[in-house]
Amino acid sequence: MIRFAEKNTAISGVGMSDVSRGATRSALALTVDAALEAIADAGLTRADIDGIATWPGERADGSGFSPVGCAALQDALRLEVNWYAGGGEAPGQYGAVFNAIGAIAAGLCRNVLIFRTMYEATARKTAYANSLLREGQRQAGPFSWYAPYYTYAAALQQALFFNLYVHKSGITPEQVGQIAVNQRRNAALNPKAIYKTPISLDDYLASPIIATPLRLYDCDVPIDGAAAIIVSRMDVARGLRNQPIRIEAIGSSMRYRNSWTQLAELDTQAQPRVAEMMWGRTDLKPADVDIAQLYDGFSFHTINWLENFGFCERYGAKDFIEGGRRIALDGDLPVNTGGGALSGGRLHAYGAVHEACTQLWGRAGARQVKGDPRICATSTSGGPLAGAMLLVRD
Amino acid sequence: MTEAPPRILPVIDRDSEAYWTWGREGRLAIHRCGDCEYYVHPPVPFCPQCESRKVAPEAVSGRGRVVTFTVNHKAWVPGLPVPYVLALVSIDEQDDVRIPCNIVDCATEDVTFDMAVEVVFEPSGDLWIPLFRPVQS
Ligand SMILES: [Zn+2]
Repeated sequence: MIRFAEKNTAISGVGMSDVSRGATRSALALTVDAALEAIADAGLTRADIDGIATWPGERADGSGFSPVGCAALQDALRLEVNWYAGGGEAPGQYGAVFNAIGAIAAGLCRNVLIFRTMYEATARKTAYANSLLREGQRQAGPFSWYAPYYTYAAALQQALFFNLYVHKSGITPEQVGQIAVNQRRNAALNPKAIYKTPISLDDYLASPIIATPLRLYDCDVPIDGAAAIIVSRMDVARGLRNQPIRIEAIGSSMRYRNSWTQLAELDTQAQPRVAEMMWGRTDLKPADVDIAQLYDGFSFHTINWLENFGFCERYGAKDFIEGGRRIALDGDLPVNTGGGALSGGRLHAYGAVHEACTQLWGRAGARQVKGDPRICATSTSGGPLAGAMLLVRD
Repeated sequence: MTEAPPRILPVIDRDSEAYWTWGREGRLAIHRCGDCEYYVHPPVPFCPQCESRKVAPEAVSGRGRVVTFTVNHKAWVPGLPVPYVLALVSIDEQDDVRIPCNIVDCATEDVTFDMAVEVVFEPSGDLWIPLFRPVQS
């Protein structure tokens, strides 16, 4: 008898399109590339795919944030599925994975194709600029509380949380900068990364301040690209070509006020309760984790996750990342081994899952972590949204 | 200093109308439970403390403190005057009621955590936008 449904699922294949700062092909073409690569990687064919999931679903708003949804991909590949779901009301980007776990548990699917497509690099060169706000249009919904205050980007809301974190933790810019420097070093070894030229701590400190405490190099890089994974029922995965990467435990909770203003603990955001749920569903402990692919929409998210996953104490990340040794490829806990979203490109947590599997399958080439890593913690984060997964190679 | 671009106004509904309009009389309206006196923000006509439906807008003192803030340096749109401060202010009446705002009448480098502030209102279209400045009175 399996107590938690995720333990009956595994990632069986991964795929990634070309990732660039300006694609020559459409968002759908990139999505097809990623999907077909993931299906083939698992040793499956299109006919084996009986479910599709994505987050946040198609947003035909010109922003490039999510230009492709389930329907477009289903039709492009002429998939015949029992179940599909794409939508934004979920515990962050991994909501699509959590939905797929439920669909597999319900007996609806054996192999679910999960994908995330971004086309923000192209969008920002055309009509869509940097701003979330539209002059002359009134803002509805939760963001309306921020709209009148020149809150043009999520970076400003996040900066509110991060500045409080700096105030409480006493972390220095020199310590924060280790995240960007480490990830650029890893990206140099990743052929698909966007930025491969190493940066120094001085380069980080010289990068312009966006909104205190965020510098330019704390922010992820908008790209055009797509990533896909196949989540299979465990017995199915065991018959496929890759060693299954089990979804050992998930954190999907909302045990706090889901609000960008009223979150109880602004400086840790939603992470602690989500991590608590994940660790409550496994016998594994933080010390068992070999590598970590921690959300890095902003470098502070990664810093927060180091604490909230329990890799170090609350406000202890500054010491953990000091000098950058422990988070390096040959450190105690290699973090964001492919360069993450800061240097690899903003595939919005699906680049992180792709990298997790690449490492756990030993395919990471020059950036492969030594010692045959088996266990990876991975996460998403953004204000009141957070999700977490513990991945274990069978 | 260049003129700031127009503020983007919120869509208001029956719950949020008082918050965005009572500034006309210089009052900051926060929903409050008529039974247990808990402030409910953002405004919802239900009290999560005692399950009362007797929740209605009430004027608060307009005093608060800066819970957190950021100094924005990036000109997100052409002509945006920078730097400026975005903050979350909690009201003196109840610490967990937090209000996004700009801090005005204060140099950006003088804004601090826990700074005591008071509300001022800026008319914009048919609404009155709450802003906060260091306590003067
Ligand atoms: Zn009440």
